[in-house]
Amino acid sequence: MHADPIGVLTGAHFIDGDHACSEGAIAAGCRFVAGYPITPSTEVVERIAERFPFVGGVFIQMEDEIASSIAIQGAVWGGKKAMTVTSGPGFSLMMEHIGLAAMTETPCVFVDVQRAGPSTGLPTMPAQGDMMQARWGSHGDYQIIAIVPNSPQECFDLTVHAFNLSERYRVPVMMMMDECVGHMIERVVIPSADKIEVHNRKVYDGPKESYRAFETGRDLIPSMVKAGDGYRIHVTGLTHDEKGYPDMSVSAQGKLVQRLMDKIRIHADDIVMYKEEDVEGADVVVVSFGITSRTAIPAIEQARAKGLKVGHLRLVVVWPFPEKRIRELAGKVKSIVVPELNMGQIVYEVERCAAGKCNVVSVPHAGGTVHQPKDILAAIEKSLRGT
Amino acid sequence: MPRNEIKIGGFGGQGVILSGYILGRAASIYDSKYATMIQAFGPEARGSACSAQLIISDEPISYPYIVAPNVMVLMSQEAYSKFTPELAPGGILLTEEDLVVTHNLRADVRHFSIPATRIAEELGKRLVLNIVMLGFATALTNLVGRDAARNAVKVSVPKGTEELNFAAFEKGYEYGLQLLKKEPEKILA
Repeated sequence: MHADPIGVLTGAHFIDGDHACSEGAIAAGCRFVAGYPITPSTEVVERIAERFPFVGGVFIQMEDEIASSIAIQGAVWGGKKAMTVTSGPGFSLMMEHIGLAAMTETPCVFVDVQRAGPSTGLPTMPAQGDMMQARWGSHGDYQIIAIVPNSPQECFDLTVHAFNLSERYRVPVMMMMDECVGHMIERVVIPSADKIEVHNRKVYDGPKESYRAFETGRDLIPSMVKAGDGYRIHVTGLTHDEKGYPDMSVSAQGKLVQRLMDKIRIHADDIVMYKEEDVEGADVVVVSFGITSRTAIPAIEQARAKGLKVGHLRLVVVWPFPEKRIRELAGKVKSIVVPELNMGQIVYEVERCAAGKCNVVSVPHAGGTVHQPKDILAAIEKSLRGT
Repeated sequence: MPRNEIKIGGFGGQGVILSGYILGRAASIYDSKYATMIQAFGPEARGSACSAQLIISDEPISYPYIVAPNVMVLMSQEAYSKFTPELAPGGILLTEEDLVVTHNLRADVRHFSIPATRIAEELGKRLVLNIVMLGFATALTNLVGRDAARNAVKVSVPKGTEELNFAAFEKGYEYGLQLLKKEPEKILA
């Protein structure tokens, strides 16, 4: 399927990452947004509020983030594509409903324009401190997808992708932006609608009596109906059977949770996305994501100018994590350097996958600005000492 | 063209952010260059110090913040005191003549000034001082071409004010060209 041309502002724009995210959502077919505006994500909902009347969308400024994150799920079961938009403090409030979306397999998008925390922290300054929260923030075992853009152009492209992934796999998808990317203004090229691929959820249209809301085939992804179509459905956060009815048995729990995990795991090779540059033959690989992938570039160039063999692997999709590729690389390189705008989060994933096969060096930063390239350069050089 | 770092400073309400935006839009949309703009984001309100940071380059821009600006456009005394120490050696400084007294200016700085507020007032709207400054900067640097800047002005100002803004741009541009004729050795970014 292609995008509905009504929502697509084809052309070259000079806009910030927040606005590009809004345009990506509209192009992807999002027609319901609920949010409680918070810096530095406010511009996303401002643009949505301005644009939605022209594309038939509904934006509601809710009383808080808890309400926002559940309103979107109601809209999805009513047949819409929906998202909510926030930053750290609001993201914390949304955790309960991220779990609900995972449990009820409600396709929706959560945009988190990260600022420095904890708590209200530095409202107007960047960080990447919510990366583990995106993966593990709600209780219990579940899987989600998290995407990290590094430019306004990617805020457009990857928001479209976020909706597509959420519709295909029926999971909440997190767009993990940051203040720098959100407020940075650059050229954003929006293609014509027929060049924008749009995926929609699988829809059940068989006989009413044989419908099982959470029955799946080998792909482990159930088909959806929407409220009002006349099907009997029961959607609950309680452990449920294939009909959706609560089932308080150990076997139902085992079966359901296993499937919620496996439906992402078996498709991980299709979901994982990273970009590599000069990784083959490198002694050091810098693993970065989001804005940090851009601050790493001058450091990598300076290291190469000193004769070091440095490759760059940028995570575009951070969750699910590209375990296979990092394991493989760890067996080939001397060291992996992980700069991130937090005190060390994704570095633990890298260490887990490297499993002692190479040196792993963290380049932490508490947030508030971006890394200075010289700090990343120093870590690259340090990582080779003693190997 | 290598990486150019530009800082535009003034007080809130002068159109500082808009002039940076138009310059970036001219470069990245109409001149096929790369541009990254970062706004100094804080509790800026009308009358307080504010700035726009812009990078313009022929190459993709990786590091998004400016480190040592080589072009500065300043429209207030506060911005002058606060920002000029950051100016790169040999950098270009463009100031609003009546709003900025350039005391203790470093010898390596290439300085030009324009009475942009007076020019804007003569055109009937003091508000367009930022566009006068933009025309001035376009003439005195190689950041963007005249046509690209004019195209970007056209699509960035409120509908119905295009002619006024074009006039402001041209006044600033012409003033800049005249200064260049007098001091061609000071040329260019």
